[in-house]
Amino acid sequence: MIESALVDWSRLQFALTAGYHWIFVPLTLGLAVIMATMETIYVIKGDEFWKKTAKFWMKLFAINFAVGIATGIILEFEFGTNWSNYSWFVGDIFGAPLAIEGIFAFFMEATFFAVMFFGWEKVGKRFHLASTWFTGIGAAISAVWILVANSWMQHPVGMEFNPDTVRHEMVDFWALVLNPVAVSKFFHSWFSGWMTGAIFVIGISCWYLLRGRERRFALSSIRVASIVGIIGTLLVMFSGDSSAIHVSKYQPMKLAAAEGLEEGGTRAPFSIVPGVEVPGVLSILATHDIDGYVPGINDILDGYTTPEGERYISAEEKMERGKIAIEAFGKYRELKESDPEAAAEARAVLDENIDYFGYGYIDSREELVPNVPLVYWAFRIMVGFGGLLLLLMFAVLWAERRKKLEGMRWLQWASLLSIPLVYLAGQAGWIVAEAGRQPWVIEGLLPTKAAVSSVSVAAVQTTFFLFVAIFTLFLAIEIRILIKAIKEGPKTEIE
Amino acid sequence: MITYAFLQQYWWLLIALLGGFLVFLLFVQGANALIFLAGKTEAERQLLVNSTGRKWELTFTTLVTFGGAFFASFPLFYSTSFGGAYWVWILILITFVFQAVSYEFQSKAGNILGKTTFRVFLTLNGCLAPLLIGTAVGTFFTGSAFTVNKAAVGDIASPVISRWANAWHGLEAVADPFNVEFGLMVMFLAVALGALYTINNIDEDALAKQLRRALAYSFVAFLVMFVLVMLQLLTMDGFAVDASGMVYMEEYKYLHNLIAMPHTLVMILMGAVLLVVGVAATLFKRDFKRGIWLAAPGTVLAVMALFMLAGYNNTAYYPSTADLQSSLTLANSCSSEFTLRTMAVVSLIIPFVVAYIAYFWRQMDKRSLTSEELESGEKY
Repeated sequence: MIESALVDWSRLQFALTAGYHWIFVPLTLGLAVIMATMETIYVIKGDEFWKKTAKFWMKLFAINFAVGIATGIILEFEFGTNWSNYSWFVGDIFGAPLAIEGIFAFFMEATFFAVMFFGWEKVGKRFHLASTWFTGIGAAISAVWILVANSWMQHPVGMEFNPDTVRHEMVDFWALVLNPVAVSKFFHSWFSGWMTGAIFVIGISCWYLLRGRERRFALSSIRVASIVGIIGTLLVMFSGDSSAIHVSKYQPMKLAAAEGLEEGGTRAPFSIVPGVEVPGVLSILATHDIDGYVPGINDILDGYTTPEGERYISAEEKMERGKIAIEAFGKYRELKESDPEAAAEARAVLDENIDYFGYGYIDSREELVPNVPLVYWAFRIMVGFGGLLLLLMFAVLWAERRKKLEGMRWLQWASLLSIPLVYLAGQAGWIVAEAGRQPWVIEGLLPTKAAVSSVSVAAVQTTFFLFVAIFTLFLAIEIRILIKAIKEGPKTEIE
Repeated sequence: MITYAFLQQYWWLLIALLGGFLVFLLFVQGANALIFLAGKTEAERQLLVNSTGRKWELTFTTLVTFGGAFFASFPLFYSTSFGGAYWVWILILITFVFQAVSYEFQSKAGNILGKTTFRVFLTLNGCLAPLLIGTAVGTFFTGSAFTVNKAAVGDIASPVISRWANAWHGLEAVADPFNVEFGLMVMFLAVALGALYTINNIDEDALAKQLRRALAYSFVAFLVMFVLVMLQLLTMDGFAVDASGMVYMEEYKYLHNLIAMPHTLVMILMGAVLLVVGVAATLFKRDFKRGIWLAAPGTVLAVMALFMLAGYNNTAYYPSTADLQSSLTLANSCSSEFTLRTMAVVSLIIPFVVAYIAYFWRQMDKRSLTSEELESGEKY
C-alpha cells in the first residue's frame, strides 16, 4: 500500500529542490547575457572600463552559479531516488533529454566557464569573449532540454504504451523536441531569466547610486540591463500568451484552477482579484476569441460539450475507463503466454482506453482538482509582479537616457526593492505550472501516487530536512558573500 | 546490421567509457583528499585547491552525464538502484553538493563557515565520493537485495515496480568485504591520480616532494586492493544469463568472461602497465612530471574492462541476491530500440565534445600553475 504521507513528503522534497534550484538558475541565464553584452562592448570599444564592469558581474555570476550546480545534481537524481516508478514507466522517453542535456550543455558550460574565469591572460580577447557567450549559450541549451523533458510531462507526445515492457516508449523524437508546449515553455523560462538578471543588475546599480558610489559603472550597467530586461519581459509576455493557449488546450483543469473558475462558458471573465472581473478576457487569453468556450472546474469534472459540439467525458467516466485499461493490462499480462487470442482482445481494450490509464489510480473526483487558492494566487503574483517590473524597467531606462535617474531617489529605491519581486514572480510561475497540474506527474497517464519510490516516509522526511538545512545554509552564505562583494564594489574608477 | 542487441552492447560500451572517464576525473577528488596531508603551508594548499578548481566542473559534469546516460539507456537501473540503494546515492550526492560550493565560497569574505571548513568539505568529498562510488560499483559483481516486478503497475493500491528487500536501502553493501575493497581501490586510485595530476599541473618544488610521497603510499595501497579485488573477482561465482533471459549462478563467471573476451584481459593488463609505468617514472625520475598522461589512459582502459566484465558475455550487470530473476541484464533493463537508436545518433557528438574539452584543457594548462599566477590573476 502506498501511504499518502510518502507521496506528500516526496512531492515536498521535489518542490523544495526545484524551488531552490530556480532561485539560482534564472540569474545564471540572465546575467550571462548581460555580462557577455558588456564584454562585447569592451572588445568593440577597447575601453578597460567595460572589461572591469563585465568582470564584476562575472564575479557575482560565479558565486551564484555554484549553488545552482549543487541543487541541480540533486534534482536530476531525485527522479531515480524518489520517483523510481516514474523512472521506469517513462524513462524510455524522459531519460533522453537529460542525457542530451549533459552531453551538449553541461560540458559546454563547464569548459567555457573555466576559460571565462581563468583564461583572461591565457587566450586572446576574442577567444575569451566567445567563451563568455558560450557559457551563457550552454546554460540556455541546458534549459532547452530540461524544459523539453518537463513539457513532455505536461503534454505527453511522441510515444506509445508497451504492455510487454510496461512503459511508454518513444516513437517520435522530433515530436518530443518540437512539442509546442516545450517551445513556449523554453522561451518563457529563458526570457524570465533575462528579467531576473536585469532586475538584479538594475537593483544593485541603484544601490550604488543611492550611496553616491560607482556612478559611471552603475549608469552603464543600468543601460545594458534595462534594455536586456525590457526585451526579455516583452518576450516573456509573448511566450506566456502562447503558453496560456496550450494550457487551455491540453491542461484545462490547470487553467480553471489558476482562474478559480468554477463554472465556465463563452465570454469567460478574467478575475483580477476575487470579486473583480473583466468579462470576456479569459476567453481571449485562452482561445484568442472573445466568444471562445472555457470550461470551469465543475464542467471538467461533470463532463461538457463545447458550442462546436465536441464532447468531453466526466471524471467518473475517465476513472472508469482508466480502471478498464489497468484491468485489461493485467489480463493481457496474465494471458499473454497461455491464451494469445484472449490476450489480443485485452490488448485492444487497453489500447482503446490507454489515454485514461492514469485515471484508473484515482479514487475520487476531488483528487483531480489541484489546490485552487495556491494556483490562483501564484498566477496573480507572477503576472502582477511581471507587469510591474516591466513598467519599472521602462521608467529606469527613460530616466537614465534623459539623465534624470541620479536625481530620482524614489526610483532607485523602487529598483533596489524590486529584486525580491522578480524572484517571487519566477517561483510563482513554477507553482502555477507544477502545482497546477496535480495530481499528475504525466498528464492523464500517471498520478504522483503511482510514481513514487518505495522508501519509508521517515527516510524521505530525513532527506527533506537535510536538504532544507543544506540549501538554506548555502543560500544564506551566498547572500552574505554577494553583499560583501557588492559593498567592496567593482573598482572601475579611482574614487 | 545494427540490431537491438547490438545497440544494447553499444550503450553498455558508452556507459563503460563514461565510467572510465569519470574515474580518471576523480583525480580532482583524490587531490582534495590531500589538501591537508600534502599541503603543509597555506600557499601550498591554495595551489592544490586552485589546480583542481579549474577542472572540478568537468568531473561533476561527467558524473551527471553518467547518470543521464544510464537513465536514457538503462532506465530500469536508474529506477531500481537509485530508488532502492537510497542512502548510498543520497550520501554520494550530498558530498558532491558540498563540493560544488566549496571552491567558490572558501576564500570569499562573508562565507560564514570559514576557509578551513570548506576545505574540510572538499577533503570529505575527496575521500568519500570515490569510496562510496566504488563500493556501489562493487555490488555490480556481488549483487544487491531487490525485487523487480513490472506487472505491479496493474496493482492499483501498490503499483511499485522495484522494491528493496531490506530497510538498509543500500548501506548493507559495506557488509560484503569485496564491495569495501572495491571502494578502497577506487579511492586510493583517485588519490594517486590526484597526486600525479597536481605534480604535473603545479610548479612548486616543496609541494611536489610531498605529493610524490603521497603518490607512493596511495599507489601501494591501490595495488594491494587491486590484487585483492582481482583475485576474488576471478574466483567468485557470477550471475550468468541464458538465451531465454533466465539468470543463474555460474562458477568462475568473471574468469570465464575474461577468457571469453581476451580483449578485456589485454585492457586490464595495459591499464595496469600504464599506471605502474606512469607512477614509477614519476617517483624515480626527478624531472619527470607527466605521469598523469600515462595513468589517465591506463585508468580508462582498466575501468572500461571491469564494466565489460560485469555486463557483457551474457552476464547480469546489476544482480539481485533477493530474487535471482529480478537481476538486471542489458536486455531486460534497457530502453526501447527506437530510443537506443536515436541516442546512438546523439552519441556521435561525443568525440567532438571530447576534442574541444581536450583543446581548451591544453590552452589553459600550457604553463604550470605557480604562486605568482595566483597573486596576479583570478583565484579561489
